[in-house]
Amino acid sequence: MQRAGRSRQLQGWLFLVPALLFVAVFVLVPLGQLVAMSATDRSLLGGGKFIGLGNYLKIWNDASFWRALLFTVKYTLILTPILMGLGFALALLTAENTPLKRLTRTMAFLPVVIGLSSSSLLWFWLFDEQVGLFNRLLVDLHVIREPIVWFVTADLAFWAVVISITWKVVGFGMVLFVSGIQSINPDILEAAVMDGAGYWSRVRLMILPLTRRVLLLTTLVSAIGSMLAFDQFYIMTAGGPRGQTFTAVYWIYQNSFVSLRLGYGAALSIVLTLIILVFSTLQIALTARSEEQ
Amino acid sequence: MSVVASATETRAISAPQGDRAATTVYLAAAACIAVIAIMSAPIVLSFLASIKTAKDASAVPPHYLPSALSLENYLKVIKYQAGLATYVGNSALVALMTIAACVALGAPAGYGLARFTMRGKEIAFLVLLTPVMIPYQSILTPLYLDFAKVGLVNSRIGLAIVHTILQLPFSVYLMRNSFEAIPREIEEAAMVDGCSAWRRLTHIFLPLAVPGLVTVALFAFITSWNEFLAALIFMSRESSFTVPILLVSVRAGHHGAVDWGALQASIVISIIPCLAVYLALQRYYISGLLSGGVK
Repeated sequence: MQRAGRSRQLQGWLFLVPALLFVAVFVLVPLGQLVAMSATDRSLLGGGKFIGLGNYLKIWNDASFWRALLFTVKYTLILTPILMGLGFALALLTAENTPLKRLTRTMAFLPVVIGLSSSSLLWFWLFDEQVGLFNRLLVDLHVIREPIVWFVTADLAFWAVVISITWKVVGFGMVLFVSGIQSINPDILEAAVMDGAGYWSRVRLMILPLTRRVLLLTTLVSAIGSMLAFDQFYIMTAGGPRGQTFTAVYWIYQNSFVSLRLGYGAALSIVLTLIILVFSTLQIALTARSEEQ
Repeated sequence: MSVVASATETRAISAPQGDRAATTVYLAAAACIAVIAIMSAPIVLSFLASIKTAKDASAVPPHYLPSALSLENYLKVIKYQAGLATYVGNSALVALMTIAACVALGAPAGYGLARFTMRGKEIAFLVLLTPVMIPYQSILTPLYLDFAKVGLVNSRIGLAIVHTILQLPFSVYLMRNSFEAIPREIEEAAMVDGCSAWRRLTHIFLPLAVPGLVTVALFAFITSWNEFLAALIFMSRESSFTVPILLVSVRAGHHGAVDWGALQASIVISIIPCLAVYLALQRYYISGLLSGGVK
């Protein structure tokens, strides 16, 4: 019996080995190399002298990195509530399964499946001060008198990216929230209606608390995505004007692959990884807990 | 977690009461139509701009609708640098290899996790989830240096490996869930018949987990087709560009001035496969999204 158990264990491991090997070779080994590299002054041209925590001390005094990190945090703190709020509003609007509401869900979700580079270039065009139709529309609606030059100030560039990303991913939260709302036992809501609870009090007192876990999980996934933002800024603002819209990942890319300071870039990567680790550990713990139910 | 709840089940969510009922229904319908218009407008406008003449597409101020239909922009993109076929071919091949790797690695791993009791199994599962915890953006530098040594830079295989790193945790997670949902009796019957573990996987479990496999393939395709940063770093040679890099290259153009018509044509080309697979396999996409909180 024990023999059989052991051979069955071995069999199970055999099925796991290929995937485990893949992760070991292409994730864990590079991660080790990253840590080692972060303790050197390596550049693409050479170097590689051990400098201990030198790079980390340099990060401490690197105002540009802190500015990029702070910018990323600001981006995340502003974008996440917009995405969650609008996503939840869309979910409330479309949670019933009528043909029109299904169609609305399908259309609102469309931009989620297209590439971030495609959508960023699409909005780069829409925002253009000469050929951009977003400007044209705002002028036609008498919202503005002259086309706005969106990418000339950091603030306008920031909002241009926020608008484009809201369009791109608002459907993601919506779909998850719709499933959360639909999984609420209809009897509970029916009973609330009988008791004379109005629409908004049902939303506030029942739907919101009962979808809390989905809300939290979606917020985390969304926030992690924003903390790792790169494509949209690389394409729409190129980090400008005057380097004011560099994100953390963009700054790492800039150091590692443009300035070719590999050791320093590695140290920056590790700092960012540690920050993300906090969010993603929470995410996995939450997912595991919601599975137990 | 079915999205397809019957109408009666969900009626209580809004359930307008009394005289205001009709007004509320009309308002909600109007809001839905507004949402549809806003969400589809950018894609529709991009498509309309792509079939303008090149001159019309760069008009200042711009027109909403084309004044004449033209395939000029598409013809230009087809002949752009190494040719559109090269770039679409690169993207498609990388995506296919990513799908193959996610299925080949994810399905057995999901099977092992779902159907065998092993000591340390959950730790192995966590190891397989590391790419969720460690953002792939951070390990691109060491990967690049390693890949450069073995000729995997500017290689479609190299990029497919990076995309598999991104998508493997979701694939394992989803396959594990799919296999766990299959009743134990079916497996026991097969064991009595003397089926080996491998045969049980290929002849019993995989056919029953086809929806899971479709979802894994679908997500792998969308991720790989759209991935930007690794493609930007690893595919630096003009002939090895994937479609997202082609887009940026088209915008940069030759003389500094953006060729807006060609840009819109290439954006439309990059979007079409995603929309097609999503609209065709929407059910799988949504169910994958709902079960993959870990992605």
